Amino acid sequence: MKTPVFAFALLVAAAHADPRRSGFDDMSASTQALQRDDTLNPALLWLKDGEQRFTSLCVRCHQPQAMRGVATRYPAFDSRLKRPVTLGERINLCRTRYLESKAWGAENEEWLGLETFVANASRGLPLAPPADQRLAPFREQGRQLFVQRLGQLDFSCAQCHDQNAGGRLAGSLIPQAHPTGYPIYRLEWQGLGSLQRRLRNCMAGVRAEPFAYGSAEFVALELYLMQRAAGMAIETPAVRP
Amino acid sequence: MARALIFAPKTAARGDVIEIRTLIAHPMESGQRSDGQGGLVARDILRKLECRYDGVLVFSAELFAAIAANPLVSFNTVATASGTISITWSGDNGFAQTESVMLTVS
Repeated sequence: MKTPVFAFALLVAAAHADPRRSGFDDMSASTQALQRDDTLNPALLWLKDGEQRFTSLCVRCHQPQAMRGVATRYPAFDSRLKRPVTLGERINLCRTRYLESKAWGAENEEWLGLETFVANASRGLPLAPPADQRLAPFREQGRQLFVQRLGQLDFSCAQCHDQNAGGRLAGSLIPQAHPTGYPIYRLEWQGLGSLQRRLRNCMAGVRAEPFAYGSAEFVALELYLMQRAAGMAIETPAVRP
Repeated sequence: MARALIFAPKTAARGDVIEIRTLIAHPMESGQRSDGQGGLVARDILRKLECRYDGVLVFSAELFAAIAANPLVSFNTVATASGTISITWSGDNGFAQTESVMLTVS
């Protein structure tokens, strides 16, 4: 009898130690089931495509096994551009620098597939944002954007996702906004989408003009969000309502 | 994007009930949505799914407009002999696709 009680006590202690919750924890059982079983997850259509693309193009330089852990470290500083880049942008840079192909445009399905494959290789690993000092000013800019009021409704990210997380906005639960599962298959989109697409949704929701895809603001915001979610496990490809 | 995926066991014992799951990339545009210009987005859905096991039809389904994009269909059949499980989807605008997997029965 002792062991289960002890294990339960540990679970409770762990729950108290970290109040952060993945959006997964608060989804309905049926949506959770879609994410738990890969043979039910529609994002597998993109993931398998990304896998094929990786094994036909990227293997010239990269081993698939070496991709494990890569997604935990992004956004990372690119010394050539002298600014941070997201995982998706890094893949696109590889494409333009070394494959001499044209860059993919925002939300390109092939691009999303490849990013899903690379991020999926780190599934279950904790997010580990690099301590690189060159990232610090950008991360601070991201924090400022997170608390900056925006749009006609004059809301900041923090007002919903820090102060009112767990509450409801109309019928929907307000999540804590930890970007652990991107690219995600969102049921509302009926498709796969990036973190920037999701952030643009939120901005349109508060009636602000969304930042452009690939803008410096989004990279800064992502840097802050990853820091905020540091240590949480990567779920890619996640399913969200 | 991979257009269609079939999840089925590769091997089974004769008489086993096996589960087959399929996912296909398709918008399943219902024909009910506004196109923002006063009209409707034209319907574009899958109409039919057929599964043939060793050439014999073992499962078929008709699909309608109220089904989500990228539909998942799951069904069971009995493993009788080694052979090909072949699934054919057909739909609006001449959509037709066939994917198959091998099943070895011992």
